[in-house]
Amino acid sequence: MSHGHSSALAHHFDSLEQQREASTLGMWLFLVQEVMFFGGLFMTYMLYRWRDPEAFAAGSHDLNITLGLLNTVVLIASSLTMAMAVHSAQTSRRRPLIGYLTATGVLGLAFLVVKYFEYSAKWEHHLVPGPLFHFSEPAIGGRAEVFFSLYFAMTGMHALHMVIGIALLAWILRGAVRGRFDASYYNPVENFGLYWHFVDIVWIFLFPMLYLIGRHYHGGA
Amino acid sequence: MPFKIPFMPEQASSMAGEVDALTLYLVAMASFFTVLVAAMVIYFAIRYRRRSPDEVGGSFDNSALLEITWTVIPVLIVLFTFVWGARVAFRLYRPPADAVQYYVTGKQWMWKTQHPTGQREINELHVPLGQPVKLLMTSEDVIHSFFVPAFRVKADVLPGRYTSLWFTPTKTGRFHLFCAEYCGAEHSRMIGWVTVMEPEEYQAWLASVPTQGSPTAAGERLFAQLACHTCHQDAAGAKGPALGGLYGRPVALADGRTVLADESYLRESILNPAAKVVAGYEAVMPSFQGQVSEEGILELINYVKSLPAGGSASVAAASEGAL
Amino acid sequence: MSRTGTAETNYLNAQHGLKSWLLTLDHKRIGLLYLMGVSFFFLLGGIFALLIRLELLTPQGDLVQPDTYNRLFSMHGIMMVFFFLIPAIPGVLGNFLIPIMIGTRDVAFPRLNLASWYIFMAGGSITLLGVLAGGVDTGWTFYPPYSSLYSATNVLTVGIGVFVNGFSSILTGLNFMVTIHRMRAPGMTWFRLPLFVWGHYATSFINVLGTPVIAITLLLLVLERAFHLGIFDATKGGDPVLFQHLFWFYSHPAVYIMILPSMAVISELIAAFTRKRVFGYHFVAFSSIGIAVLGFLVWGHHMFVSGQSVYAGTAFSLLTMLVAIPSAIKVFNWSFTLYQGSVSFDTPMLYALGFIGLFMIGGLTGVFLGTLGFDIHVHDTYFVVAHFHYVMVGGTIMGYLGGLHYWWPKITGRTYPEFWGRMSAMLVFVGFNLTFFPQFLLGYMGMPRRYHAYPEEWQVLNVLSTAGASVLGLGFLLPLGYLLWSLKYGKLAGKNPWGAKGLEWTTDSPPPTENFRDAPVVSEEAYDYAGAGHGDGGAPAPARAH
Repeated sequence: MSHGHSSALAHHFDSLEQQREASTLGMWLFLVQEVMFFGGLFMTYMLYRWRDPEAFAAGSHDLNITLGLLNTVVLIASSLTMAMAVHSAQTSRRRPLIGYLTATGVLGLAFLVVKYFEYSAKWEHHLVPGPLFHFSEPAIGGRAEVFFSLYFAMTGMHALHMVIGIALLAWILRGAVRGRFDASYYNPVENFGLYWHFVDIVWIFLFPMLYLIGRHYHGGA
Repeated sequence: MPFKIPFMPEQASSMAGEVDALTLYLVAMASFFTVLVAAMVIYFAIRYRRRSPDEVGGSFDNSALLEITWTVIPVLIVLFTFVWGARVAFRLYRPPADAVQYYVTGKQWMWKTQHPTGQREINELHVPLGQPVKLLMTSEDVIHSFFVPAFRVKADVLPGRYTSLWFTPTKTGRFHLFCAEYCGAEHSRMIGWVTVMEPEEYQAWLASVPTQGSPTAAGERLFAQLACHTCHQDAAGAKGPALGGLYGRPVALADGRTVLADESYLRESILNPAAKVVAGYEAVMPSFQGQVSEEGILELINYVKSLPAGGSASVAAASEGAL
Repeated sequence: MSRTGTAETNYLNAQHGLKSWLLTLDHKRIGLLYLMGVSFFFLLGGIFALLIRLELLTPQGDLVQPDTYNRLFSMHGIMMVFFFLIPAIPGVLGNFLIPIMIGTRDVAFPRLNLASWYIFMAGGSITLLGVLAGGVDTGWTFYPPYSSLYSATNVLTVGIGVFVNGFSSILTGLNFMVTIHRMRAPGMTWFRLPLFVWGHYATSFINVLGTPVIAITLLLLVLERAFHLGIFDATKGGDPVLFQHLFWFYSHPAVYIMILPSMAVISELIAAFTRKRVFGYHFVAFSSIGIAVLGFLVWGHHMFVSGQSVYAGTAFSLLTMLVAIPSAIKVFNWSFTLYQGSVSFDTPMLYALGFIGLFMIGGLTGVFLGTLGFDIHVHDTYFVVAHFHYVMVGGTIMGYLGGLHYWWPKITGRTYPEFWGRMSAMLVFVGFNLTFFPQFLLGYMGMPRRYHAYPEEWQVLNVLSTAGASVLGLGFLLPLGYLLWSLKYGKLAGKNPWGAKGLEWTTDSPPPTENFRDAPVVSEEAYDYAGAGHGDGGAPAPARAH
């Protein structure tokens, strides 16, 4: 066992390669359990949508497609900047790495700001489930509450993952500013990238499931 | 069975013997393998006990033949067990065609039962010997479960839905009724009795219990009282579909789906009509949530079930009379 | 002479002070931190159990109020399932042994390992707050609408406590899987791994894939209760049975989280106390994986009478039958290991032999419950209570105690008094059977679960059960006494007091912080007793004549 290794090597690993493989495998396993976590919500959504498609279409129709689409574009762009960040780390280019990481963070924050506007609008329109819930269309009425419960649960859980992601991003950015990452050691950036892409993919599923099914809903008729 | 097997409840229903036979097989099978393995382990442990402190065991540590044997035989046994169990279960799930329907509502912490002729009981159910009985059940609050050990039947009782079970009593007597799904503080006291009587005694007993008439008649009165007939007529241009002959038939909905008009459909149509609008009609029926109790819903369902196809003329006449 | 009696430093005396324990990254110390935690929750859950059995001495509900009784059985279940049975063997024995058994210095993510313990303690503390505030009365199963709309107890607090605790399982499972994949010593191929490692690998698979589902389920329940969302409320278009599906989708695999580590221990005990390679090593290894995979497909057998269709019930019944097969294969293989073995009857072996008998009964009654026609009658009766106690106490706890005794010399450097060890094992075995066998009979006769008052004709069996519980309780308390006693007064243990095979027995008792003074290189198969002498050196030991 050699001790002439870089300071990035943790003492319980034998080599940087073992450490890298271990942390990458760890991140993939973590993402697998995240799939199971969101999976429960997706199953619930599918069941209730099958049971009352009309109420779901009506609820979906009330969502702001423009803002939803904007957020989708924002997240996809942030995945692009994240991929570029990983590439910069792999090629030891520190300034672009910092730049791309910052851009990813800014886009992530933009997503959350848009979400804030969407949620406040829901609050004002009495679409937050609970005692104050009131859906304006009489034919649907309380049936839409399950849709909105799932809307808030799913997008809320997603937004929470975004918040955690941005916090982790700040930590990675700190490391990047201090020059910790280069071609010989960029694994944390890469693993964080996996997490960020995963959160993006969850949104790619959420957007059509929640926002697009009500596009042609005419209501009442 | 002519005698009572220890640790088994009385066999008081037509299915009890079948369930007990299955049980005896399971016990025999399990006892056989437990004794076999225990004997093998005890024998080996003694025969091969360590005789000196440094002694080690032998090298025989695998055998494809043994593995196959003790894989295949258990697979065959569990498959056989599965098939037998499934057959008994299917018979437990499928009531005979001539089963008479009774009604049960569970609520914290009592059972409310109703006879087809309208008599009501609390925490009791009297039934005649030899007649198949089907229970249609719902809950007014949390999940309960209707359990009669002597009949070997049990089914959860759910809010917002109907569940059912059936039995044919084969012995007279009083048999325990328990709630078998934890439902709060007095769950242990949500108990009662099912009393099986000779048919003549049962008739006498029915006659002695005051009743407001059958659920069907009560449903007819409620139908008129709630003015359902205003829309539900068998005439062109009627706002709501005709209800005669509806029960048990498929219904085409406005959104393209087809559903079966069973008790659950009828119940939902009263409480949440917009969820399933019939094809060719507008979604104008108001919800009667809060205006009619679970018992009222059962009465209305009874009434709708009794309507023959094209029998709305009698609906109008009866409601006129009621008004 | 140091406290542990050895002249060299080991993981126990390498550093002193509370901080060196609370901030440790050493998997062995973390294992001991888990030992503290799970022992506390086990004692608490055990006290609740004794109170339950005391109430059931008489047919009337006269010891405690109904409301109190409902909280007792609920908190007993929650403490035992989530804060003892699920974390104990992986947290204590898995953490301590896996890196040593595979020949490495620590787990893949030591800081994550410490975090897992803190998360476990945080979840436990939140739940404990809930207990102090009166607990919950929903049963450990939390079924709505009772738990979401009707119960007036601390569902939010306890629900959040259990939710938080789940992340401890997920992260431990993740840690173990990466460790086993990536950190095996040179020469330690997959099929040279001790079966203890295979069992924990399979457990980790379930921990990582299953636990997130209970997390989201409890979260939805908490949100439902707090904000009245309607997801499980029939009057709002929701479905309370959906909760049952989501709940059991995790909670069935969870029972395999509870039993697989115990089976993993049993493999080690059988091998060590017959000094023979476990019969059918590959079959036992693959059976662990089989149980983990098949275990995800059978959750509906908890819901045969819940209103699901008989066709769904049939499918689940068939799959349930199949998941029993790998367990049966293991039992036959363990039993046959004794053939031509060199069998000794030390305390750990008594627990292992007891496990085989009790797990058979528990597992077979599981097959009974998977039989549709039978389950309808006994669902939600004491038959089910008896079944799961046979597998969880007769199975999991026997394995845990056996393992604790077997590795106690390695963990502490001391031996425990063998007489008291055997005495306790026998008390546990006798007490356990007396407590729970009568419950099979009560169940078939129709006594429902979660009842504190019952028809008089069932009193005799209940009294027998309570008598058994007292003996069982004594059997559990004795080890607490003599194991603690041994820390100061027990005989010093050498490297390999049992004469067993396995990398853990080649290093000191207690081990040094880095586990091995010289990094191991593996060249022999697991449990290579019959091969030429290895390990401690010296001439090949006399093998049993055929």
